[in-house]
Amino acid sequence: MRVTLKLFRYNPEADRAPHWESYQLEAEPTDRVLDLLHNVKWDTDGTLTFRRSCGHGICGSCAMMINGVNRLACKTLVQNLGTDTITVEPIRGLPVEKDLLVDMDPFLRAFKAVKPYLINDEPPPERERLQSPEERAIFDEGTKCILCAACTTSCPVFWVNGTYIGPSAIVNAHRFIFDSRDKGNGERFKALSGGGGVWRCRTAYNCTEACPRDIPVTELIEEVKRAIMVNLV
Amino acid sequence: MAHIHDVLIVGAGGAGLTAALFAAKNGANVGVISKLYPTRSHTGAAQGGISAALGNVEEDRWEWHMYDTVKGGDYLTDQDAAEVFAKETIEGVIELEHMGLPFDRLPSGKIAQRRFGGHTRNFGEAPVRRAAYAADRTGHVILHTLHQQAIKHGITFYNEFYVLDLLFDEDGRAFGVLAYELATGEVHAFKAGAIVIASGGYGRVFKITATAHTVTGDMQALIYNKGLPLEDPEFFQFHPTGLFPLGILITEGARGEGGILRNANGERFMERYAPTIKDLAPRDVVARSMFIEIMEGRGCGPNKDHICLDLTHLEPEVIEKRLPDIAEFARTYAGVDPVKEPIPVLYTAHYSMGGIPTTLWTEVVRDEKNTVVPGLYAAGESACVSMHGANRLGTNSLAELIVFGRRAGIASAKFAQTYKPHPLPPEVVEPGRERVEKILNGSGDESVARIRKALQESMMENASVYRNEERLSKQVKIIRELQERYEHISIQDKGRIYNTELVEALELGSLLTVAEALVHAALNRTESRGAHAREDYPERDDDNWLKHTLAYREAPGKVRFAYKPVVLGRFEPKPRTY
Repeated sequence: MRVTLKLFRYNPEADRAPHWESYQLEAEPTDRVLDLLHNVKWDTDGTLTFRRSCGHGICGSCAMMINGVNRLACKTLVQNLGTDTITVEPIRGLPVEKDLLVDMDPFLRAFKAVKPYLINDEPPPERERLQSPEERAIFDEGTKCILCAACTTSCPVFWVNGTYIGPSAIVNAHRFIFDSRDKGNGERFKALSGGGGVWRCRTAYNCTEACPRDIPVTELIEEVKRAIMVNLV
Repeated sequence: MAHIHDVLIVGAGGAGLTAALFAAKNGANVGVISKLYPTRSHTGAAQGGISAALGNVEEDRWEWHMYDTVKGGDYLTDQDAAEVFAKETIEGVIELEHMGLPFDRLPSGKIAQRRFGGHTRNFGEAPVRRAAYAADRTGHVILHTLHQQAIKHGITFYNEFYVLDLLFDEDGRAFGVLAYELATGEVHAFKAGAIVIASGGYGRVFKITATAHTVTGDMQALIYNKGLPLEDPEFFQFHPTGLFPLGILITEGARGEGGILRNANGERFMERYAPTIKDLAPRDVVARSMFIEIMEGRGCGPNKDHICLDLTHLEPEVIEKRLPDIAEFARTYAGVDPVKEPIPVLYTAHYSMGGIPTTLWTEVVRDEKNTVVPGLYAAGESACVSMHGANRLGTNSLAELIVFGRRAGIASAKFAQTYKPHPLPPEVVEPGRERVEKILNGSGDESVARIRKALQESMMENASVYRNEERLSKQVKIIRELQERYEHISIQDKGRIYNTELVEALELGSLLTVAEALVHAALNRTESRGAHAREDYPERDDDNWLKHTLAYREAPGKVRFAYKPVVLGRFEPKPRTY
């Protein structure tokens, strides 16, 4: 099939402002949007810039806004879009560095702020710490996160607020708050309940819809809110 | 200005992050350079499990694990490495749990374990549950847990830096690295008391591969271009179950959970090739069996060009709970629901057993006498300690990252204690800078994408699951021609900010270099062993070939070979049947 690929272009070394460029391509319905971007880069315009690595939705490099929705370019097939015009632009709310590639540092700073690691100062036993399958299941969803930023950069509060840590950081906090082995909630709740924390969430559900790993992001945020209320931090 | 660290690590996957943590725990100031952000590393794509004889589900012993590893490697495995590995992975997996890794659990609360190819109880009697796992995203949770720990311990990262050169002093000690920063186009110099290479494999030399676009053997190519050897590059593993036709990995854990490979007649053909452990035979055996089924006309589909992985007899809950990601891959990319219909699969390029030769403490060696290159270490897929021999068992790679990443961290931190920073004359930066300038200024009419495609397609045709002299000789010539064409590439992006076209050009240079070593060594080894199957030499030849290849690059297209004896021990080489 013939598709029109409309791409957001911005080269900071040459362009004064971003602009759109369209490319006409032959595509299979089963082609990934990433394949189309590669076709442009490899056959037409080598300057087209985007991140990508694994090509099958696990490394989290290629989150982009595709036809108005945040998705992974490697996990979005042409046939899923139901149209022969495909618009690709960078995820929103992070500074654009070049074309579809954004500065991820603000996103990663928010991730680090919630202390996304196991906190437990007790000496570990000789073998593994025990954890029942039920205890393990409670925080399963958060362990799927690939830090692609699709959720955070779909959040209206994140776009306008500038200090909100965003859904992904909260999902990663959830993963430890609800881990029976973790003892760090006192420290973690400070970052989560401050001005840029969970109370900024307005349950728009954009994040849940955007997650390419099908994590129920909004639900997890609500669980974190409840956990903080119960502990009355 | 140079960045200075006690220990500098190149690569931020499982081996690199483990090395970083252990070097830091041993008092070193650590820096980690990666051409990606750490969580994009290809460790994250590993699915099925990490091997360790924990014995959580049934009796298991490290000696059985060692035996399986040696036999799985078709006796090319160095048995001292296999012994260290099988013992230390037990502690390594427990340490991962202590770091917070979310393993699946048994009702007892212990880490859950599943079956995997080639892992057996009591020296080959029957499959054993040895693979500790987290659904089918074990690599993902290992990578993320190590990344979390690196944040906790304040490790310094240089993300999106591409390494251009390694620096050695006149005594041959490695003391520095030059790296290109993608964000700015600047070349940075790094000085360190010890350098650890942990940069992964080179699956992208082949067209059909389960590996990421970025798995391009950059550091192996750099080492080989410096006149240091690559060990056993001819041994490259094809994973039997890549999602057809893309090659995306479908974990062997699917067969560990009871999945069955079937041909067009619906026959469970592995019963004929491996009567004892059937679908759980090692990968080289299964990939070749599939190849034969297709060649003899029993392939599936209208073109009889693939095999079916049947999970339809499993409880849907097993698929959704323990194999959710691969079920989603099948649905997304092949439009197949594995609960209802078989998944179309074909072998896919997966893992390089060979790599940068090292001692048991991950010190890089320069020759068959194991002469150490001071200050230089390597671990993980980029290295060859040779614990995988001629064929790696599934789940042994994640375990290798932990065992030898840890040893690399400890050994490099200790070595770096004696470190006094070298002077860094400005001219040492020049060769690295020239590599970049040469590509930016190239004005020929060759394209990176076209050369890469020609390499990947020809490697698939001439140097994949089955090989012979005619096709390998042809491939030697093709690679030389492609290398000459590579001298005439030009790129459109001449900019300094995020020039990913430049990086792809550099990566293609790496691929052409490591492919040369692979193909020359494959042509040279006139026997069949593990993943290296020669139609013209179908038998294993222990009299002449129970030895490791060391391939040295004398000039482009000119390779010299030396040989290193295999470390034998507990297990005498025997015919390999399953």
